[in-house]
Amino acid sequence: MTGTQAPPRATGLTRRQKRRLSRGAQYVVFVAAVAACAAAADWGRLRNQFAQGGIARQMFPDVITLALKNTVLYTLSGFAVGLVLGMLIALMRLSSVGPYRWFAGVYIEIFRGLPALLIFIFIGVAVPLAFPGTEIPGGTYGKVALALGLVAAAYMAETIRAGIQAVPKGQMEAARSLGFSPARAMVSVVVPQAFRIILPPLTNELVLLFKDSSLVLFLGVTLEERELSKFGRDLASQTANSTPILVAGVCYLLVTVPLGFVVRRMEAKAQEAVK
Amino acid sequence: MSRQDTAAAEPEIRVEGLYKSFGANEVLRGIDLEIGRGEVVCVIGPSGSGKSTLLRCVNLLEEPDRGRVLVGGTELTDPDVDIDAARRRIGMVFQQFNLFPHLTVTANLTLPQRRVLGRSRAEAARVAAENLARVGLAEKADAYPAALSGGQQQRVAIARALAMGPEVMLFDEPTSALDPELVGDVLAVMRMLARDGMTMIVVTHEMSFAREVADRVVFMDGGVVVEDGAPADVIGAPRHARTRDFLSRLLDPARAALPGEPEATGEAGEPEKEADGAAAG
Repeated sequence: MTGTQAPPRATGLTRRQKRRLSRGAQYVVFVAAVAACAAAADWGRLRNQFAQGGIARQMFPDVITLALKNTVLYTLSGFAVGLVLGMLIALMRLSSVGPYRWFAGVYIEIFRGLPALLIFIFIGVAVPLAFPGTEIPGGTYGKVALALGLVAAAYMAETIRAGIQAVPKGQMEAARSLGFSPARAMVSVVVPQAFRIILPPLTNELVLLFKDSSLVLFLGVTLEERELSKFGRDLASQTANSTPILVAGVCYLLVTVPLGFVVRRMEAKAQEAVK
Repeated sequence: MSRQDTAAAEPEIRVEGLYKSFGANEVLRGIDLEIGRGEVVCVIGPSGSGKSTLLRCVNLLEEPDRGRVLVGGTELTDPDVDIDAARRRIGMVFQQFNLFPHLTVTANLTLPQRRVLGRSRAEAARVAAENLARVGLAEKADAYPAALSGGQQQRVAIARALAMGPEVMLFDEPTSALDPELVGDVLAVMRMLARDGMTMIVVTHEMSFAREVADRVVFMDGGVVVEDGAPADVIGAPRHARTRDFLSRLLDPARAALPGEPEATGEAGEPEKEADGAAAG
């Protein structure tokens, strides 16, 4: 305990000086580390391998009109399947019917616990074996929508369930007292409010799916069905150069960064609404 | 809209031998109650006495363990009865208003009419406007609930219930969540309804309202009806010690700090959480 009268300057640095010094030191260390990495890297070879203007130019317009388009298509169809299925599983999880709850719980545990890659392989191999003669409608597009949807549904079900439970119980009671059936009340009153609550996490799920769509690689696709990752990799091996990978990466970021921004905006707005 | 002229022998609402427990907590322990057409009944009593639970049993938001509830001759407790259809005839107003926050005031009134009664958009809008005017909020038709004061929200909630054309209205402590200066407007709307001949059960702590508007006052304590009679009798000259004790605490809250009858406080204190939790959700 130093006395209140003890002159701080006498002990050396003031609190503010100490803080400045510590922060300054951190900056120096950080900048030095980054600079060391930059200096050590062989920029010439990197540029050769990743930033060949000619190869990059050669990717256009297919990287957008074909690869990015397919990525978006796979993502949106997977999201749509996931949303419908996730909604169904969320409602089952909240059901008063025991077997429904049980099934939903098992589904969620399995599909959240498995790598998406395994599910893609499973859809590609096991489904044709299990149901010989049946084709998943839509060819590759249908398979991708199903595989991505199955994975997304498990995550979305938990998000939707949390959203439904976050709607005050009085809303359901008010609707019931007005003569709504339980299902009607759920659809007309509770779910619309739940979706406002879960819009940010659902958009996050969209970003995750967007990246997971690269797993299409393992289904075996035709030239026209290639999405960003496959497209970039194919071109990279053709040209023996990694520039296409970089271009594909930039294409992903072009979508995911703005989406992430939208999510943060929605979260900030939701936070404001709570206050 | 007078309903008295059609008064038959059958009461509008009849409750027979109603029991309800939440776990080990017996909230209702044998309630019998009859309410005639156009009658206004105020239910008073300490918190935890089972008033709200009784009200919520009348439209089966709570399922009674035993006993019967009949509204307009239909037995709601009959497992074969279409409860959604029966509830259309029973309006309910909650302590927490429970307006749909994602809808405008008008949409709050039109959605149930269209989804439940199958009314056309135009007809629902007309009925909505009519009832908003009735509670004095025609100018708030396009506002969202969050933009309204508590008193205004509660009046919208009343209008929403009225738009369904109920024969009976249940009020569950409609003014308890309001700032004191907003209580008057809500009570004025309820007074108007009573004057128009609506059959009403009002769970309330507003003694002056009960005294002025109610045809009958029911005092509940410990899950039973202790006293039931004209306001002047139950509030003005209570016969039971428990009623007197409750009223004197209400009029003079400072006295509540004193230990009351051990039996009465024991019963009243315990179920409070359960009943309030169920009511407020």
